[in-house]
Amino acid sequence: MSENNEKCACGCNGHDEREDKVLEVIKECKYDKSQLMHILNETQNIYGYIPMSAQKIISKELGISMAEIYGVITFYSRFSLEPKGKYNIAVCLGTACYVKGSQSVLDKVKEILGIDVGQVTEDGKFSLEATRCIGACGLAPVMTINEEVYGKLDPSMVKDILAKYE
Amino acid sequence: MKTIEELNEIRENTLKEISLRKDINYKGNEKHILVCGGTGCTSSHSAKIIEKLNAHIKEKQIENVRVIRTGCFGLCAKGPIIIVRPEDTFYAMATEDDVEEIIEKHILNGEIVERLLCKDVDGGTVKRLDELNFYKKQKRIVLKNCGMIDPENIDEYIAFDGYKALEKVLTSMTPEQVIEEVKASGLRGRGGAGFPTGKKWEFTKMAVGDQKYVACNADEGDPGAFMDRSVLEGDPHTVVEAMAIAAYAIGANKGYVYVRAEYPIAVHRLQIAIDQAREYGILGKNIFGTDFSFDLEIRLGAGAFVCGEETALMESVEGHRGEPRTRPPFPANKGLFGKPTLLNNVETYANITQIILNGAEWFSSIGTETSKGTKVFAVGGNINNVGLVEVPMGTTLREIIFDIGGGIPNGRKFKAAQTGGPSGGCIPAEHLDTPIDYESLAVIGSMMGSGGLIVMDDSKCMVGIAKFFLDFTVDESCGKCPPCRIGTKRMYEILERITSGKGEEGDVEKLEKLAKNIKASSLCGLGQSAPNPVLSTIRYFRDEYEAHIKEKKCPAGECKAMTKVMIDKEKCRGCSICSKNCPVNAISGELKSPFEIDQNKCIKCGVCIAKCPFKAISRV
Repeated sequence: MSENNEKCACGCNGHDEREDKVLEVIKECKYDKSQLMHILNETQNIYGYIPMSAQKIISKELGISMAEIYGVITFYSRFSLEPKGKYNIAVCLGTACYVKGSQSVLDKVKEILGIDVGQVTEDGKFSLEATRCIGACGLAPVMTINEEVYGKLDPSMVKDILAKYE
Repeated sequence: MKTIEELNEIRENTLKEISLRKDINYKGNEKHILVCGGTGCTSSHSAKIIEKLNAHIKEKQIENVRVIRTGCFGLCAKGPIIIVRPEDTFYAMATEDDVEEIIEKHILNGEIVERLLCKDVDGGTVKRLDELNFYKKQKRIVLKNCGMIDPENIDEYIAFDGYKALEKVLTSMTPEQVIEEVKASGLRGRGGAGFPTGKKWEFTKMAVGDQKYVACNADEGDPGAFMDRSVLEGDPHTVVEAMAIAAYAIGANKGYVYVRAEYPIAVHRLQIAIDQAREYGILGKNIFGTDFSFDLEIRLGAGAFVCGEETALMESVEGHRGEPRTRPPFPANKGLFGKPTLLNNVETYANITQIILNGAEWFSSIGTETSKGTKVFAVGGNINNVGLVEVPMGTTLREIIFDIGGGIPNGRKFKAAQTGGPSGGCIPAEHLDTPIDYESLAVIGSMMGSGGLIVMDDSKCMVGIAKFFLDFTVDESCGKCPPCRIGTKRMYEILERITSGKGEEGDVEKLEKLAKNIKASSLCGLGQSAPNPVLSTIRYFRDEYEAHIKEKKCPAGECKAMTKVMIDKEKCRGCSICSKNCPVNAISGELKSPFEIDQNKCIKCGVCIAKCPFKAISRV
């Protein structure tokens, strides 16, 4: 919604369908507290991150305190409290990729985008993370941009790959 | 719900359709094109190849040909992999543009597409999969169905003796007999610690409780290990079946599989397997008409290495932060939701059906005195044949790295192999002939771990590798106990100091002392084993640590703070390839005369070294 409380331009009328989806997931889990991880994973899939509004819903429906939910979210690296960029870049720092020089690929991405791991570019286009092993060790070193996997990289290839997403 | 007779019928009928995959002498006119659908090959677009193959087959109305998306074949370095059976032709690194030729030449005219055949490391072309050196010394028990069946089709699993072990157990064995068989096999936990599996089952059976659980640890956290994922992707039913057998043995009726959310294909296929098994009545109430009931549920992890530790995993399954519990009580007495729980890892379970079907004696005939059966290794790093390898226990590192793995690429020398991931150690060349089993690896300062095996060539700095693993542990320490939370951080800081050229006399001794204390006083396996990469590199490469500290030199030339990238003026021909490839424009010069690197701009990334055709650039 826009800041000055005008009617939202997207036509949602202030109703966020994503919240319905979260409620649906909780219902499917039969309000079972032990399913918190599953519900958070699904919420992350729905929003791309886990916003405060969704945390409140989960807290209320499951009867788990906000503090505990925050504790769980921040414990697991896959959960994010912040939205990611339109294109999320993940450079693999698993051992197989590291041995084949993925650190210098990561350094190159950082240099080109001017952001550090865990940050988003100012225009919201790219976010950057370092992951541990995506399992494509045969292609090491690898990075992914959203679902696309780029393998057998060296730092000089990074610029051209990023340019595809301009 | 299917009866045993109905399953037998499915087995017979499906086997007729797919036996050509195993029968090299098959004389019929059917062909199966097997395409790897594991994570590695999917990353290099094998799904598009499958799509295109099917489109061509449909368009040309070719009969008697089926395309099957299988699990991992193991040789990930050559992906995407296509195998045509029954002739067993091995096409490597194929793309969707090659599909038409495969269909036109091979499928329609029976001519092999020579240019796509897999090349072995020695340069020779192999026509058939079993001709590759990579497969010659392997023995496949855990991976026997991977690359052989469609993992999303329960009938294909059943055809290759699937659910026969469960049938045998439920109809002709008591729970005690099952446990005796597993004990007699000598199977030990494949998750890392190597605890005897049969004993674990016995403890959980003996535990008092009205409700018991079986659980499967599929939270494969060691970066670079992917055997559990490959089993779940290539043969998920074997885990379902083994868990049902375990549940029968210990008296449980409910099971949980804890899988990393980062493994979407594995999760998807496992869910399909569970749904199919339910549909056939293999999961659910009164399985095969007996009193035994059992069902399974998947629980997702969310990227925390510590959740591979058994009690942390249980906390996570229950929906909490994955912090380890103090033991005792052990999970066998007080595990999930406070009930007696049996937890085994994916690879451990994947051995069970074979032990039941072929007997403990057969299984214990494979391997060494103390370690029976096979072990799957995910071999990666500076090695030609990156991939998944299953070998009998007792195979030497040299056999795995050189005979199977094809040795070190780019003419470099072997320096060390790292096993056991962040909990393991680096093994130097002098121990290459050690037969691998749980005990021998421990003696040389490493551990079996889950089976990650990273090979490093002589360009790798061992202090840097130790720092890399400590960085991982610091990141993944859950923070519950101070020795691990604070101790690993201090060790990291010392390593950081050494690799940036600020090492002080006595630093190595400080590392050793810290390591000893952290190992002795940490709460769980993560902390207790975290110092291992540092200790093993100090043990075998102490001179490298000393060189960093005393001479401020990195012998491998990898630590950027201590090296310069230089052009040898004698060798440089002034071709300008280096300056064109330099990502920071640090290299300049005039054509046909020696170029120069501006050390203030140089980020020491090494691209120029790799690109120079005259090998004129090096780190000094």
